[in-house]
Amino acid sequence: MSQQQSVDRRDFLKTAAVSGAAALVPGAAIPGQAQTTAAQTATPVTASAPTPPRETDPPPSVEVLTTDRPGGDFMVDVLKSLDFEFIAANPGSSFRGIHESFVNYGGNRAPEFITCLHEESSVAMAHGYFKAEGKPMAVLCHGTVGMQHAAMAIYNAYCDRVPVYIMAGNTLDATLRRPGVEWAHSVQDAAVMVRDFVKWDDQPISLPHFAESAVRAYKIAMTPPMMPVLLVIDGGLQEDPVSPEVHERLRVPRLTRATPPQGDSGAVAEAARLLVAAQNPVIVADRAARTPAGLAQLIALAETLQAPVVNQGGRMNFPSRHPLNHSANARQLVANADVILGLELTDFWGTVNAARDSLVRTSRPITRPGTKLISITALDLNTKSNYQDFQRYPEVDVAMAADAEATLPALTEACKRLITGDRRSALAERGKRLGEAHAAALERQRADAAYGWDATPISTARMTMELWAQIKNEDWALVAESGIMSDWTARLWSFDKHYQSLGGSGGAGVGYGAPAAVGAALANKKRGRLSVTIQGDGDFLYAPGVWWTAAHHRIPLLAVMHNNRAYHQEVMHLQRMSNRHNRGITTAHIGTTIDDPNVDFAKIAQGMGVHAQGPITNPNDLAPALKRAIEVVKRGEPSLLDVVTQPR
Amino acid sequence: MKPLSLVTLVVFAGFAAASAALAAQAPQRPANPASAGSVEAGKKLFASIGCYQCHGREAQGSSATGPRLGPRAIPFAAFSRYVRQPTGQMPPYTAKVLSDADLATIYSFVQSRPEPAKDIPLLK
Repeated sequence: MSQQQSVDRRDFLKTAAVSGAAALVPGAAIPGQAQTTAAQTATPVTASAPTPPRETDPPPSVEVLTTDRPGGDFMVDVLKSLDFEFIAANPGSSFRGIHESFVNYGGNRAPEFITCLHEESSVAMAHGYFKAEGKPMAVLCHGTVGMQHAAMAIYNAYCDRVPVYIMAGNTLDATLRRPGVEWAHSVQDAAVMVRDFVKWDDQPISLPHFAESAVRAYKIAMTPPMMPVLLVIDGGLQEDPVSPEVHERLRVPRLTRATPPQGDSGAVAEAARLLVAAQNPVIVADRAARTPAGLAQLIALAETLQAPVVNQGGRMNFPSRHPLNHSANARQLVANADVILGLELTDFWGTVNAARDSLVRTSRPITRPGTKLISITALDLNTKSNYQDFQRYPEVDVAMAADAEATLPALTEACKRLITGDRRSALAERGKRLGEAHAAALERQRADAAYGWDATPISTARMTMELWAQIKNEDWALVAESGIMSDWTARLWSFDKHYQSLGGSGGAGVGYGAPAAVGAALANKKRGRLSVTIQGDGDFLYAPGVWWTAAHHRIPLLAVMHNNRAYHQEVMHLQRMSNRHNRGITTAHIGTTIDDPNVDFAKIAQGMGVHAQGPITNPNDLAPALKRAIEVVKRGEPSLLDVVTQPR
Repeated sequence: MKPLSLVTLVVFAGFAAASAALAAQAPQRPANPASAGSVEAGKKLFASIGCYQCHGREAQGSSATGPRLGPRAIPFAAFSRYVRQPTGQMPPYTAKVLSDADLATIYSFVQSRPEPAKDIPLLK
């Protein structure tokens, strides 16, 4: 805390004495309360003059033990102006001041406090919530132990380009810390441990500073490329009374969202020229559809060009049953393409190259020589250095440092202007062929799904289609899929609404699935939407307390487990090493499987107040169990089915 | 909708293409069907040495990890050659860690997988 703040805190005590006494006088004005209405309408807070001394005031020598206008109240005013619906936290003393302000001053509404049992759950819930709702959830953490718990989930959100609005409590003034734990929970620079994977952070030293940084953080987080942001909030700033001098300076800054960056007009024209002239163009999309409009815009471009779309699934980019969806044929399309348009790709290099994980690692291009590559991604505007999620450098022909969704309308219009009558006929013919190929591919996927249909452990195809049969006539959303399951949902379900698929974790950090699903289901709750997740067993066990959160807050969610009783990816990695080293090919289970004893997931969930069934090992038991579970979810509660499955 | 991994698809396609190429030049397996005993032994081996990890416990395959191996298996010579010297992502199983006899037993299991039922209502 600065020298100026130390002075302010001494000044606060005088003022607090005055206002604290005022609270004892019937009918006396309490300055802090005037802020409530102002804050809820998101208008600047008008300062009130301190109450003058009264005859009934205590003498100056009496110790002042209360205040009715702590700094945390103003922080809540600012945060209410940003329209947060929820704030998730595992409680911690370093933010006890603002916690109390949220609950009592803010009325525990907008934002409503969501009780989490682990900071990784708080952040991952906010991650899933954003992708379902389109706006951030706030999160509170301890500056030290909480941030360390939260770090993995923050990294996932960063890699997935999702804004999470994080506030970390801290006690800066060493002379005011309580002895013992508060020292262990305080830190010089709370943000440093996550600075590599947040977009921006700040540590305000005054309430006016907090107000500006809070609004700035929101604006930065929500401007593509979107990422988490972090504000470190001092305990004294939250808890101490607001002095009259500071009160005079308090106002809630107005938020003006930045418009997403659109591709340069010359680059858009060049991309359109290449795409319209191409014989075999391919559109590959990963995190392209940021908003509901993105889905419609990609359909418009694909239909204008009659070009196949490969949805890499980072967002709900394209309907799975659209005749131009050729995601399952990605490799062949890329190999035959003369122009490839990549929209917010995580890995353009990996899209057009094949890499072999053998004793000698090798790679080769998949594409033909001369294939033109067009990239539109906002990530070109913000690449950090330490964490290597930016993948290998792709050699592209047109690189637009721009938001794909914001650029799509201009690109589609530019293409339309270039399409002549003859070209239109050729494109229509191409679209007809692609439609036939799409239908044939769907039949092949269905035929593939039939193999192992009656197997025990249950085939992932069988589980997927038993689930689909129960939800397809509902207003459903697949809010997460943890564990790899042969892409059956993408291959066999009909996704056609923007909220029906939310993509993955981003950083592939296990433990995202359960909390992200609960967070997304929280967003969907008010719409009465049936949220569904396919829940991996390894993921479940990272921070299972999130199921208590789902039960406690009555969050309706249908969780169907893909329980292959292993960290199966690691089983395969160990097998690969054993084979490569020519020994021990029967030992890949050591250190990688989750059996002996088998985990009773239903019992764990039941212990946290969640309706649960299983383990289910007979595929014929799936349908009745799913029906029972859906009845529970429709009552507004979570329900879990533990299904013992094939590995993939 | 889960991301469709192009790398994964390349693996899958690599195995399938290599298998097809090998099948074209490989000698046919012996005509005698596998005995019930060898099928059961093959099933255990299929699990214990890790084949199930990528191909599923019923050899049904996975788009994410490895292709279906049965019931219509590629000829044994091609099967054996690929297992010993794979050209895609599959880890090699040399004769040092997997004998020819055990490989043949595994093949018996793969070959014995049943054809799937026709007209499954949920797949309409």
